[in-house]
Amino acid sequence: VASRTKLPHLALSVDRFALANGLRVVLSPDRSAPTVGIAVFYDVGFRSEPEGRSGFAHLFEHLMFQGSASLDKGEADRLIEGNGGLANGSTHSDYTNYISQLPVNALELGLFLEADRMRAARLTEDNLRNQIEVVKEEIRVNVLNRPYGGFPWIDLPPVMFDTFNNAHDGYGSFADLESATIADAADFFRRYYCPANAVLSVAGDLDPDSTRAFVQEHFGGIPRRRAPKVPDCFEPLPDRERRSSMVDPLAPVPAMAVGYRVPDPIARLDEYLALVVASEVLAGGEPSRLYQRLVKHDRVATHTFAMVGTFGDPFDVRDPTMLQLLAYLPPGVGVDPVLVAIDEEVSKLSAGPEPAEVDRVVTAMVSDYVRHLDSVLERAMTIGILEQQRHQPELVNELPAALARITPTQVAAAVGRWMGGPGRAVLEVVPGAAA
Amino acid sequence: VTVAAVPEVGPPRPLRPPRVSQRALANGLRVSVARRAGIPRFEVSLRIPTVLAGRADLAARQLVLAETLLSGTATATSVEISEAAQRLGGSLSTSADADWVVVSGSALSVSVVPFLRLLAEVVCEATFPAAEVALQRDRVVQEIVLARSQPETIARDALVARYFGRHAYGRGTPEPEAVAGVRPAALRAARDNRLLPSGSELVLVGDVAAPRALDAVESALGGWRGPARATSDHQLARPAPPAPGPTVIVDRPGAVQTNIRLAGPAVPRGHADFPPLMLANMIFGGYFTSRLVDNIRERRGYTYSPGSGVEHRQVASTFTVAADVGRDVTAAALVEILYELGRMVSTLADPAELEAARRYVQGTLAMAIQTQAGLTSYLATLASSGLGIEYLREYPRLLNQVTVEAVREVSGRYLAPTRLITVMVGDARIIRAGVEALVDVELQSRRESAG
Repeated sequence: VASRTKLPHLALSVDRFALANGLRVVLSPDRSAPTVGIAVFYDVGFRSEPEGRSGFAHLFEHLMFQGSASLDKGEADRLIEGNGGLANGSTHSDYTNYISQLPVNALELGLFLEADRMRAARLTEDNLRNQIEVVKEEIRVNVLNRPYGGFPWIDLPPVMFDTFNNAHDGYGSFADLESATIADAADFFRRYYCPANAVLSVAGDLDPDSTRAFVQEHFGGIPRRRAPKVPDCFEPLPDRERRSSMVDPLAPVPAMAVGYRVPDPIARLDEYLALVVASEVLAGGEPSRLYQRLVKHDRVATHTFAMVGTFGDPFDVRDPTMLQLLAYLPPGVGVDPVLVAIDEEVSKLSAGPEPAEVDRVVTAMVSDYVRHLDSVLERAMTIGILEQQRHQPELVNELPAALARITPTQVAAAVGRWMGGPGRAVLEVVPGAAA
Repeated sequence: VTVAAVPEVGPPRPLRPPRVSQRALANGLRVSVARRAGIPRFEVSLRIPTVLAGRADLAARQLVLAETLLSGTATATSVEISEAAQRLGGSLSTSADADWVVVSGSALSVSVVPFLRLLAEVVCEATFPAAEVALQRDRVVQEIVLARSQPETIARDALVARYFGRHAYGRGTPEPEAVAGVRPAALRAARDNRLLPSGSELVLVGDVAAPRALDAVESALGGWRGPARATSDHQLARPAPPAPGPTVIVDRPGAVQTNIRLAGPAVPRGHADFPPLMLANMIFGGYFTSRLVDNIRERRGYTYSPGSGVEHRQVASTFTVAADVGRDVTAAALVEILYELGRMVSTLADPAELEAARRYVQGTLAMAIQTQAGLTSYLATLASSGLGIEYLREYPRLLNQVTVEAVREVSGRYLAPTRLITVMVGDARIIRAGVEALVDVELQSRRESAG
């Protein structure tokens, strides 16, 4: 039996402070990096959208690249890219972020541009109409014009959840997008885009003192407004299986997703981590139990995956969320034999994984986690969301040890409790394009 | 609301190329290593040249060879191989195209010696067990079926077929039937005759001292043996540039978007035209603040993510344009693409546009080589292009010398619409008439794959 590989110890520096207007700031200086990463997180995602405004958080993210009080449309992007940097934004279930990576000489410019965005948006009818069209093309390219386009992030939540917040399509319906107005956008900006509802995170080659001074200079003058309440998305656990079947007209083979509710990612971190480990034991690559069983032994699937959270990052999501088991099936195979095999494997796992199996999986998970932190922008993003959702940016260094502490007994207990009952969501994708 | 002043940006720091140590092993394998200590890990990439004669069954064999390389050795099953990688805090993966079989991986830096032994074991001693090969063939067939249902794969396959014709580069995604016919004996023969150290390049980057990394590679792979490769054996014939011709419309009934692709001949990285071509490409469509994105996305809302780029294969470089546009604006989008290409050829760029493109290419180069994974990929690209690490100093300097006149001149050579071929994937019933009013059209129905 091979001995366990020594796990690395992370010691990224994490300095926190807050401005008088409520903006929370985290700096992670690393003088060995030649660039800086900047991430601003606003505590609003598509779970904050009311009925009739599906997709608005994402549409609004697009509008935030359309100019400000100081800068014309396109000018911020020209300044970033024209100084050798990259910029982007993305909208998630519980947050929206704006990210950039810049050469060190452009750090102050990057901070200025984020402060400028936060200070005042320039919302015009032309830009709104233009970006509604762009977002519709984004939805066409990512969802409507391709097979499995909404699988599973759009398709599974309405099977698992009942409330509009949790169940609706975060990209939004074309009807809702087309009915968006400038007044909606101005209201959304006032409500959510205030310093007290944001976290600024900067990582890379920065001097903490001068960076702090830049932050104060550019963000300090933005007026304080009260942060909105985080939406209450609570739903009781399902007490029975919820099943749904959809025809995907472009799909050539069947696919399926099984969703299980998981413990609160923030309030019950250890139990949550035990399930994240379980998801890897079940479907993390070739050695995993479901690959061996479904793909190699039973031949009822050709690909298996697992993920925890909306888009597969377990540490950027609030309760309620899901552990999702996903599979593509050979033509003609239905979900039933797959579900029977999954249930047997879940039941076996709830009797306890092998200690060596947990060691191996955790070693791979920790190494993978460390790998993504090689990029200063990824560091800024990881630290920023830990500050926003958990007020614990230092968790960036502690997660490897927290994962390593998870015992086989904890994995078994968490699987038994959260995956062993009847309450789950099953989605079947029926191929409409089968030969 | 107060209008704030944009802060001044000082001069960029010059790029600091990493120190690269190299060693040529007696068996012909060339090794490059660089220390990058940001995180306690390392990345490794091994590129093995494996040339095809251009026959369909060989393209399929190349793919199955890569996909089954990790399926077992004399001493380890496929599961044991992937478990061993996980225990070392790593993973191994393989891929193939017409030029290379690539074995890549990464792990914790404390594992560098055993991880390289594992990599060497699969490269030198893969046995291709029949049951595993059968399973992986089925998986690859299914992956081909899934890939060919994606519009971008349909568009890429149609583009390379139109551009490269019968050349090996024109193959695209292999036929499922050809994959299903690949036998273990053929894979073992390919291992002995094609997976050779001579001509192969290994790059390792990470938190490992260079002498130790070089010794670890030599100790693991020094025993990799095989016949010396004749130079002619790994040179594909250079494909002829495509003859101009009608725009190909691949019919995809019901498609709500049209995938527009254009391509034409370009030059490799070491060519004198490459730096100005790269900047012309950026100004035209190579990044967000380019003319193409500004026009068909930010002004007209025809598309989400249009762009252009320069792609390099071993014996062919191409300039390509891609835009997935709403089906009702297909012809209108083509007009704007051709207009912007024509403008690059016939008028001078604004000096500020050129300066922005230059800073962007230089700045993002520094970012691309900042991470272990990014530097590994960049060094592997340099090695397989026959360029040394000095290119990292030379290229930014050459970019600094590019003028707006040079941009217009290379645009005439590589961006001129008359030199590009065009392929579209979309609903012919809806888009054909509009496109036909602009350019000659040849309609193709889709090659159907067995599901």
